[in-house]
Amino acid sequence: MTMAMMTYLEAIKKGIEEEMARDERVVIFGEDVGGVKGGVFGVTKGLAEKFGEERCFNTPLTEGQIGGLAVGLGLVGYRPIGEFQFADYILPAVNQLISEASRMRYRTKGDWTAPVVYRAPYGGGVRGGLYHSQSTEKVLFGQPGLRIVTPSSPHDAKGLIKAAIRCDDPVLFYEHKRLYRLLKEDVPEEDYTVPLDKANVVREGEDLTVIAYGMVLNHALKAAETLSEEGIEAEIVDVRSLYPLDKETLVKAAKKTGKVLLVTEDNLEGSIMSEISAVIAEEALFDLDAPIRRLAGPDSPSMPYAIALERAFLVDEDKVRTAMRELAEF
Amino acid sequence: MSIETIKMPHLGESVTEASLSLWIVKAGDQINKYDPIAEAVSDKVTTEIPSNYTGVVKDLLIDTDMDVAIGTPIMTIETADAGKSPSENGNGKAAKMQTEEFIDHLNEEIDKAGSQPIERTTESVNRESALHSDKEKGHSPRYSPAVMRISQERGIDLSEVEGTGKHGRITRKDVLQFNPAAKPEAGMNTKVADTVAKRKQNDQPDRMPAEQEHAHKGFQATEYSVPADGIRKAIAKKMVQSTTEIPHAWMMVEADVSNIVALREKTKDQFREQEGVSLSYFPFFVKAVVQALKKHPVINTSWKEGSIIYHGEINLSIAVATDEHLFVPVIKKADGYSISGLSREISRLAELARRGKLTSADMQGGTMTLNNTGSFGSIQSMGIINHPQAAILQVESISKRFVPTADGGFKAADMVNLCLSIDHRIIDGLQAGRFLQTVKDNLNRYSSEEDLY
Repeated sequence: MTMAMMTYLEAIKKGIEEEMARDERVVIFGEDVGGVKGGVFGVTKGLAEKFGEERCFNTPLTEGQIGGLAVGLGLVGYRPIGEFQFADYILPAVNQLISEASRMRYRTKGDWTAPVVYRAPYGGGVRGGLYHSQSTEKVLFGQPGLRIVTPSSPHDAKGLIKAAIRCDDPVLFYEHKRLYRLLKEDVPEEDYTVPLDKANVVREGEDLTVIAYGMVLNHALKAAETLSEEGIEAEIVDVRSLYPLDKETLVKAAKKTGKVLLVTEDNLEGSIMSEISAVIAEEALFDLDAPIRRLAGPDSPSMPYAIALERAFLVDEDKVRTAMRELAEF
Repeated sequence: MSIETIKMPHLGESVTEASLSLWIVKAGDQINKYDPIAEAVSDKVTTEIPSNYTGVVKDLLIDTDMDVAIGTPIMTIETADAGKSPSENGNGKAAKMQTEEFIDHLNEEIDKAGSQPIERTTESVNRESALHSDKEKGHSPRYSPAVMRISQERGIDLSEVEGTGKHGRITRKDVLQFNPAAKPEAGMNTKVADTVAKRKQNDQPDRMPAEQEHAHKGFQATEYSVPADGIRKAIAKKMVQSTTEIPHAWMMVEADVSNIVALREKTKDQFREQEGVSLSYFPFFVKAVVQALKKHPVINTSWKEGSIIYHGEINLSIAVATDEHLFVPVIKKADGYSISGLSREISRLAELARRGKLTSADMQGGTMTLNNTGSFGSIQSMGIINHPQAAILQVESISKRFVPTADGGFKAADMVNLCLSIDHRIIDGLQAGRFLQTVKDNLNRYSSEEDLY
């Protein structure tokens, strides 16, 4: 297997590029996605040139239309990828996502599907303020028919976007902005996919189980290394498939140590971690050795812009480490 | 044509101002976007500042070595792209134009994150045996569902299990590892016993294969030989050197440490919670010895070719036993620590020793040795001086004994024997006796929580 060092962003781009080359039904569009700009972060840079303006193009500033256009193209046989410039902007398209895309199989008794990928850069820590930092996954979570995935490593980024494009269901693909150029790793240059419905144990340990995704997962991995020097070994699980949840892997990891820390960058109430907590409480009670703990942002309306407030809002490596140590010592 | 301003960029967390150490460009230079224009220094980093624009440098607005706030304009540049003049009123499409700038800003932030990428290797995770904290008596009558289930399945009486969790809570691991046949002893031995148990359990390759093989073989009717490993040989050499070069003399005193036992009993739970390490007796003795060394510098010496070297630092070697070997890491400048500081330092060194991570630097420079023989249950022993030091003090087991009181009665006291070996070339009985008396006096002084800090 040949490998290439890639950032998270490059891996997503590579995955899209390979699928566009493999299958001419794959098209991609969104605000500033086409032309020479190639998206505000450059994920689609060069794709218009390579595959033509008809397969990689700009849309007006109308997220509802991006959502609907994807559904329509999907119904007539394309494999559309609609990009929401920021996950924060997805809200005008919610009707298309929930009532149309995710209900298509149900509504037509399985005759029709909406094989759509919606990409959405989410997450904070980039001083983006209110409209450019939010985690909106919980808004769309828990809608049977709408898959939500998010990669937390370059390897998964490429494999997951490819699997999402090939999937017959609508897939909401969240990309953490801060990870775009933060993470680098060797990624296979070959064609491979990562399953859309499987969580991934990224580190093994006996003392506690940390379940997370996105930036905070990377904090947990780093914290785990320093805690290892103190003799605390953490099992760390990347949720990866936000909906539907891979309950089997999550519950198994929870049972392994009996001490569960759930970490999310989102604010605490009603977050995806709340659902995972409920699943574990239902299915792993007699293996639990401590109360399930959730570490999350504060229940305030949004990620603040002011740097000191942004830092206070964000779950950082120190906060994760402290929570991990406390639970290990419980 | 338009004039753009370049500002002092964010240079990192908590950096509020910075200065330039070098201007790389000068007025009139034609530069491209991302070309470095200057080098900025803050208290944390030196960074090249890239240009945000392509164009001709107009004015350098600040001098080098001038502290300015982050965001202060530092340079103006004349750019060629005409149409790009962000409008000031932020409605409708104009607001979208400003977004361009904002997006640049976001990309800068993301780039900043990317400037220190986390390069992940695909190597699998490494695992080491877990650290074991000192066991404390379980007070808590509440058990987690996991503990209840496992104890019921295995028929374990939870009152026999020692909890290692917070406030002595019995954890799931405690129950899983509980072995009714082998109740660990108290103190340092617990840790050693745990390490042995852990190692046997994991059956992992050991760093001292010869010794381990020996241990597994156990007693056999036929004689057999096992080559000594490097550490064993080093110990052997050192011991021979000590006993052949140093004329040892020996003295023992007994001390009443009821006050320390009471103080520790009173404070240990809170101490553990606050400090993250358990409070053992050993740091009290270390502190008492260090203070006595200040008063009796002759003990803190070395014999060297007919001269006596009085050491300028008090670096106390402490003996740490693992199941195979004895290590003597050094508490450097031991007179700079409180009891709580000593607790942490001892715990750190002991942990390193147990994990085989001590470096030679950790074990060098000792000026006297303190040996916690009491942790093995010893009540009297003759220490061999750690060459080239002049003394070693063995702290024996603390045990309850009846002792006469001043008014002719008896009381139960916590007594400990202190056994001192001295280099008789340097130190005589008189000095040794005075030193031990000072140690006793010092030990007597600990009475309140404030003495710990």
